[in-house]
Amino acid sequence: MSVLHRIIAGCRNLFRKSDVEQELSDELSYAFDALVEKEMGQGLSEAEARRRAGIDLGGVEQLKENIREARAGYHIDVLIQDVRFSLRMLWKSSGFTLVAVLTMAVGIGATTAIFSVVDATLLRPLPYSHPEQLVSIQSDLPEISAHDVGMSQPEWHDLQQSGIFEFVSPTWFDENNLTGSSKPARVRLLIVAPNYFALLRTEPQLGRTFKPQYNSPGFIPEVVISDALWKRNFGGDPNILGKSVRMDTDQYQIVGVMPRGFDSPGRTPEERNIEVWAATSFYGPPLPDQPLRNRRNLPTAIARLKPGLTIAAAQSRLDALAVSLQKQFSADYPNGWRVLLQPLKDTVIGNVRQPLFLLFSAVGVVLLIGCVNVANLLLARASARGREMGIRQALGAPRGRLTRQLLTESLILSLLGGTAGLAIVFAAKEPLLRLIPETLPRLNDMSISWSVLFFALMVSIVSGVVFGLAPALHSGRLDLIHALNQEGWGSTGSGERARTRRALVIAEFALSLVLMIAAGLLLHSFWDLLNVRLGFNPQSVMSVRTRLPYPNNSSIDKYATAAQEAPFIRELLRRCKSLPGVEGVAIGDPAAIPLDQTQRDLNTLEGKLFITFEGQSSKPDAASLVERSRVTPEYFQLVGIPVLRGRLFNEFDTDAAPQAAVVNESFARSYWPDGDAIGKRFKSTRPDSPWITVVGVIANARTQSLAETDVPQLYLNVYQDSAKHLAIFLRGCLNTVAIPDLVREQVQAVDATLPVFGAQTLTQTLSDSLSQRRFSMEMITLFAATALLLAALGIYGVISYMVSERTHEIGIRLALGASRSNILGIVLGQGLGLATVGAGVGFVCSLIVSHLMASLLYGVRPTDPLTFAGVAFLFIGVALVACYLPARRAVRVDPMVALKYE
Amino acid sequence: MSIRKYKPTELLQGTLDLLILKALVHGELHGLAIAHRVEQLTNGAFEVKPGSLFPALHSMEEAGWLASCWGESENRRKAKFYRMTKAGRRQLQTETNDWRRVSSAITAALRAT
Repeated sequence: MSVLHRIIAGCRNLFRKSDVEQELSDELSYAFDALVEKEMGQGLSEAEARRRAGIDLGGVEQLKENIREARAGYHIDVLIQDVRFSLRMLWKSSGFTLVAVLTMAVGIGATTAIFSVVDATLLRPLPYSHPEQLVSIQSDLPEISAHDVGMSQPEWHDLQQSGIFEFVSPTWFDENNLTGSSKPARVRLLIVAPNYFALLRTEPQLGRTFKPQYNSPGFIPEVVISDALWKRNFGGDPNILGKSVRMDTDQYQIVGVMPRGFDSPGRTPEERNIEVWAATSFYGPPLPDQPLRNRRNLPTAIARLKPGLTIAAAQSRLDALAVSLQKQFSADYPNGWRVLLQPLKDTVIGNVRQPLFLLFSAVGVVLLIGCVNVANLLLARASARGREMGIRQALGAPRGRLTRQLLTESLILSLLGGTAGLAIVFAAKEPLLRLIPETLPRLNDMSISWSVLFFALMVSIVSGVVFGLAPALHSGRLDLIHALNQEGWGSTGSGERARTRRALVIAEFALSLVLMIAAGLLLHSFWDLLNVRLGFNPQSVMSVRTRLPYPNNSSIDKYATAAQEAPFIRELLRRCKSLPGVEGVAIGDPAAIPLDQTQRDLNTLEGKLFITFEGQSSKPDAASLVERSRVTPEYFQLVGIPVLRGRLFNEFDTDAAPQAAVVNESFARSYWPDGDAIGKRFKSTRPDSPWITVVGVIANARTQSLAETDVPQLYLNVYQDSAKHLAIFLRGCLNTVAIPDLVREQVQAVDATLPVFGAQTLTQTLSDSLSQRRFSMEMITLFAATALLLAALGIYGVISYMVSERTHEIGIRLALGASRSNILGIVLGQGLGLATVGAGVGFVCSLIVSHLMASLLYGVRPTDPLTFAGVAFLFIGVALVACYLPARRAVRVDPMVALKYE
Repeated sequence: MSIRKYKPTELLQGTLDLLILKALVHGELHGLAIAHRVEQLTNGAFEVKPGSLFPALHSMEEAGWLASCWGESENRRKAKFYRMTKAGRRQLQTETNDWRRVSSAITAALRAT
């Protein structure tokens, strides 16, 4: 009741101020008159009576102020006054305001932009119901140090029955040929268990998803499609449900359309942007009817834990299960087996945590430098306003009120800066989003959400307090007599204030040096990566993808064996050779595309092979997991990898001949360290696999990753070991725009149902493989440049201020015969002194920071002398320029003017 | 025991409110008349200065315990008269009870040896 009354009264006080004031005035003037009459009634003169009445009331105006203070809404009223006054002051010194607001806008805007990325990727939970129950399942064979080896159908079944999970679903990324709509299209397919959508608890926007109980052999003849595919290939047809499409020649019925913005939880952009979901119970055609326990063909799996079960508890129960299964089926687990659970979110985020953390810290440092800069400007202004503050204090303004008003001013500055920063981020949202590499997981929409807005507000307030605090505290310690005695514009400022400003500049330089070292190290790494010896030649090579169908009924598969596929490969090579500009053609599987990161990151088990070596291992069942590509003989010459020993594939390596293999130097050295690899034999662990003989050794090339030089590589011949996923490699003077269509014509002239997609030059692939590194490097460099600019402005401000402060002194020095170069030396010395101290502090901090970011570097030690020296050089150069401008002004001081000015 | 050594506002927070409410029990009064009435009620022990009276009146009015209207004073001048509202009467009751409790507690404490 009473609170409500006070609120109403407060509103009246604020909004009907003149009425309230008038009433107050009337009331008190009556009281005053009544007192005067009373005193006069006791026989005093009118003047004396008035004096006494005034004393009784304690001064009419003071009493009024006391009453106002007791009123509701007094603090709001004062705040409004402060804000009004601050705005007036800021408007009056618009140059200062502009610089301060811009500085804060850059700082807060950049911080907010990076925060929105961090928020969408790291902070927000996955956009599924109860995401904390979702885990990904990874199987390891630790004895042979093979990780993430996939799962077999019986193992999946065991996990389902374990009582630990509500649902477990293997996920198998695949590409597929969709031939239901206008022209053959390649679609991204995810093969899942029927319970997949029940597991994620996601409903379709149209129709239904799979029935989770399905347990018959083979695929459910139904698919669920994505909103994007629905709109693109079916024109958003509302009667889509029940339509059939052909996928790899098999017929499926569309039963559901997922909502817009629904992404599958995957590690790569490919796995997240799924277009078609198909479900199977993972046995029956095209998979074996009797799945084997040690045939781990299901690449990845996700699961939802039973409610109330923590990941740790689930893991310990799972460990016990793994032990008992290994006992029960000891023949199938000769080399250990471990099943690991990981929060699904961690799997999706992958390794972006550290680069994002680095970016966020970097942008935080820029913001901090911005704050220091504005604090410096405010301190300089506080010196200039010393007199004003002195007068206000002398007239009775309490110190608290002055401090409060200065803090209000800095808060207004930072809030203005924050608003401007947000506006910049809003306006530049599209180009900024394009800077972010595709590989960054963004299941959540990267938008300016409420949490981002809240963050921006908090950052503005905190930075306002941070940079406003030093000047506000200084104002509290103002020496009245000193301030009022000063001539003109207050000037010199206390020695303490000058010390604070110098300390701030040193801090600023130290911070920006740390950023510059970080940027320098990343730049140097990047430069080194760009200039590594590749070992192959990506120039004027393009790769174009196609894919042969994989029908569920293998008896209708036109390309079931290498012998059946060979005519297609030969015909395609012959046709592509005649395309304009083409000098050489080869065909391989996607694993053969050098540095194609999207293929490498996909966990399809496609490019990997378990092999055992003939008579080499003491343990006959010890298998090795190796990287395998399949290529036609022309491949090595086309990408320019030279043969060192033995021979490459030739026309006699056909389906009928014994299987041949080409390995790289590193493969030969790691598996046959003391002997020649040529003539050695090995075979796949799959049942009924033939022996494969090594016929040649080629030089190492960085085809797997730019950063790794010696990854063992195994090459098999497409004519002997057929591949469904194909890449056509073309070398020559190619028209990169026309080639995709020309290749499509040729491919579809041979088989009209095949899709053609993914045309890329190898140089583009190479550049894409660096996209995340490039993003980090570009951002950090941008931030470092901003930081350096701000620091330069900071030192410029301090030195100019010092020069104008000492004009008089410089005048005397000149009059007494100091040379101009003396003066220049003094001023530059001051500036360089500050810069050097800042650099010293910065170098020490950099050593710590650079070791923390060691894993992001390539070929560069965290203490790389070249980077440190280069940065130091640049740093001193910038400081010199920033100090030289004010120093020149000092030199031009006319002694006569300087002395008369006083 | 002299109470006047202290500034009334510092003395026992809320006592002034209590006395103002008490002064208004029998009807409306204007500012200075309230001060006068308080003096009478306390046998001159409390001299309420305008400097504390008026801020207290205004904040009590904003709290809804008092209502005011403009009227004519004894010497036919326009003056602001205060009267107690229902909420004010309730407040007087609670404050009186509080005061009794506090004062009897303190009296008991002083009696103890």
